[in-house]
This record gives sequence, structure tokens and C-alpha cells, in this order.
Amino acid sequence: MIRVMLPEHLRRLARVEGEVPLEVGEAATLRAVLDALEAEFPALRGTIRDHATQRRRSFVRFFACGRDLSHEPPDAPLPAEVAAGTEPFLVVGAMAGG
Amino acid sequence: MAGVRVLVGTRKGAFVLTSDAGRARWEVSGPHFAGWEIYHVKGSPLNPDRLYASQSSGWFGQVIQRSDDGGRTWEPVGNEFAYDGVPGTHQWYDGTQHPWEFKRVWHLEPSLTEPETVYAGVEDAALFRSTDGGRSWRELPGLREAKGHLWQPGAGGMCLHTIVQDPGDAGRLFVAISAAGVFRTDDAGATWRPVNAGLRSPYELPDPSADVGHCVHSIAMHPSRPGVLFMQKHWDVMRSDDAGESWREVSGNLPSDFGFPIAVHAHEPETVYVVPIKSDSEHYPPEGKLRVYRSRRGGEEWEALTSGLPQQDCYVNVLRDAMAVDGLDECGVYFGTTGGQVYASPDGGDTWAPIVRDLPAVLSVEVQTLR
Repeated sequence: MIRVMLPEHLRRLARVEGEVPLEVGEAATLRAVLDALEAEFPALRGTIRDHATQRRRSFVRFFACGRDLSHEPPDAPLPAEVAAGTEPFLVVGAMAGG
Repeated sequence: MAGVRVLVGTRKGAFVLTSDAGRARWEVSGPHFAGWEIYHVKGSPLNPDRLYASQSSGWFGQVIQRSDDGGRTWEPVGNEFAYDGVPGTHQWYDGTQHPWEFKRVWHLEPSLTEPETVYAGVEDAALFRSTDGGRSWRELPGLREAKGHLWQPGAGGMCLHTIVQDPGDAGRLFVAISAAGVFRTDDAGATWRPVNAGLRSPYELPDPSADVGHCVHSIAMHPSRPGVLFMQKHWDVMRSDDAGESWREVSGNLPSDFGFPIAVHAHEPETVYVVPIKSDSEHYPPEGKLRVYRSRRGGEEWEALTSGLPQQDCYVNVLRDAMAVDGLDECGVYFGTTGGQVYASPDGGDTWAPIVRDLPAVLSVEVQTLR
């Protein structure tokens, strides 16, 4: 099980509180996690990555295990701690005020 | 019991203001979608419980929300706005060509005739239509074929901000785009042509009378006379008596003919409202006095409406979608400011009072008349 922590705006949009537990039925990659997240919460489609290109929106970042994974290839394996559920996978809105 | 529901979009959420027909005591609900920019909220003329809201953010993009209970609960619906085919390029600020890129929905216009149909005007400018209550959207690409490569962004972006339906002809629609002008379809959106003859933009365009490129800020129509259109252009208040085929200036004695919104009285087709703004570089009322101007003659002769509005040290703006009227027997007029005030007049503009004073900057105001 993978633990996903969404930013507050997206938690409200998805109507969840706290971390989202996700079963990712294949290798734990960025793409697999986002596919599973959007399948369970269709309201999140288009808010983290572009509908058509599937590219990460430029003001969204991915952090885990103290590392910035935003620029990792979508099919690269996530850290073992994320895959094992011992560390959360963070979807973060870029620090841009507002 | 009759009443009104005022739908307010702001920089940080939506608010719903409700009152009985007296329009003196208001209930304020919100913020809905707190923290998000709400460019527009509008109800269906066929079903007042059906509302749509455009919710967007620089971080997380576009969301469309729908309510089927008058704004008490909301459901996210479709947010995929894909241009038809390869969208191509339009003119950039410096005259070079720039790729078309979807940014946000500025305006949502539920159909006058089809309960599940709603139009969306977007930035970069295009018109989308949903026939399933907002769950899926398809572009009407014929619009961008009307010299889209010559359209250019105004200061707020290249946005399709106004959608006006002809209540007597389901095939006829008008849209307005900054900075491209007014476009009309007579075949329900399949083909479009610019209808900008008479507009002049000597400081903005190399050819002041070009058929596209004008920075039209808003247009308005009275439903009883769909051939008559009123326009607040970047500069100039204009009028057409032939469904946009030709326009003439009716700025008359206004203290400034720059401004953003324009509205028509619910029962008097020749009574028109504008809010003069000092200039394109000073987006606030002339002399620090917030004045709505009313013409009872369809333009040219305007009177200042000031009772209840601040007449000193006022430097707010009123944006293009932030003025609306209700349909009660004595027509109410409403507008919101970038300072967060929403003002209401229950007597056609003679007297004003704030409904709320301290909202986030108001982007849009729409009114539903509930019977």
C-alpha cells in the first residue's frame, strides 16, 4: 500500500482527509501512483498532470524520503520506502504565495 | 416567495447572497471552493437549482463545479477542454505568433432552451459546449477560423468572456473576445464571422477599423430586442441596432468612456448601465467617485447614480462580468468591486447599499430571480 499526501486544495476537491492509501497493482512508479489516484478520485484528473500530455503541471511537485522526485521519469521506480508504505508520497503545490 | 440569489465569483472563492424581494436583508453563504479563483458562477434559466461554477488555480488548473440544489452542494464535473485538432497560433503582444494554450474558463452560459446544454468561454479564446450538464466538452472550432491568427491578448489574457444567446433564434449566438471583437453565428456555432463594423481602436490597432483585433470588454442585450446590442469597449460605449452588422458610439456625456461591464434594465430595453473607469492605465473611477451611469435613451445621454456609493477616495475597479440585473417588478441592479464590495440597488440604480463589504476581489456577479 502506498500512502499519498495531497495538498489541502486537492484533499477538499477529492473529499478526503489525511493520507490517501492506494493499492498500486503493479510496480510502484510515479505513473502507476497517479493512475491509481485518478481512478479512485476522478475529480483530480487534470489537476496534477495535464489531461492530454500527462505532464506534471508546472506548479505541482512530488516529494518523498526527503527528495524531490518531480523530475523523475514517470516509469522510474519510486523509493522502496514509498513502495512499502513506510514513507508517504507527497503531492505539493509549488511555493508561490497566493 | 419571490426573491433573488446573487452568485459572486472572487479571487478566493464563491459566495451566494440571498434575499427576499425586498432586497434589504441578505444572507451570505461561502466561501465555496475557498482559496480558488472563481471566474464565474451562473444558473440555468430553465432550472434555477442548476448552477455552474468555474473554479481554477495557478497550481491545479481548471475545475468545473455543478450544483443541482441552488448552490447548497456541488459536484465536480468535466474539466477537459481540448482544442479541436491542432490549435495553431494567434498574435502575441508584440505581433509575433504564439501557440494557443488553454488556461481557464472565464464564462459559463447555460442554454436558454436545452436544460443540459451549457457553453464555456475560455482563455486562450475559444468556445466550448457541453450537452451533458458539463460532464464533457467539445470545442466549436469554427469560431477560431474567423481570423483567429489575428486575435491577440489584452492585459487580462486572450479570453472569451461574453456569450449572448438570441432568445428568438436558437441558432444565433454572439461572443466577445479580448482582443478580437464580437463574433456571431447563425447556425448554432458551426460557422462564425466577425461583426465589428463601426468599432475604432486608433491607439491599439495599426488599422483602427480592422474587422478583428478590437478589445471588446462586454456586450449586453435585452431579451425583447435581440437585434439591439450594447457594448463597453476598451474605450467607447457602442450600440448596434442590426445584430452587430454595424456599431455607433453612444458614449455621449460620460466622464470616461473606458470601462468593463455593461448591463440592460430587465424591463426597459433602452435603459443601460455602465461604470466609467478613468483609463486603461488607471483602473479606478474618475475623481475617486464610484458612479454607475444610467442612460434611459439607449446611450448618448447619461446620468450619474451616486446615492449610497462612495464619492471620495474610492479606487476600486468593476470587472467585465461583475454587473447584473434581477427580473423583479422593480428591477434590481448589482455590481461587485475589486475591493470586495457587492452593491445592490433595488430601485433600478436610484439608491445603492452594500450587501457585503469585505470579500476577496470580485470577478463576477450574476443574479437569479426566484419566484
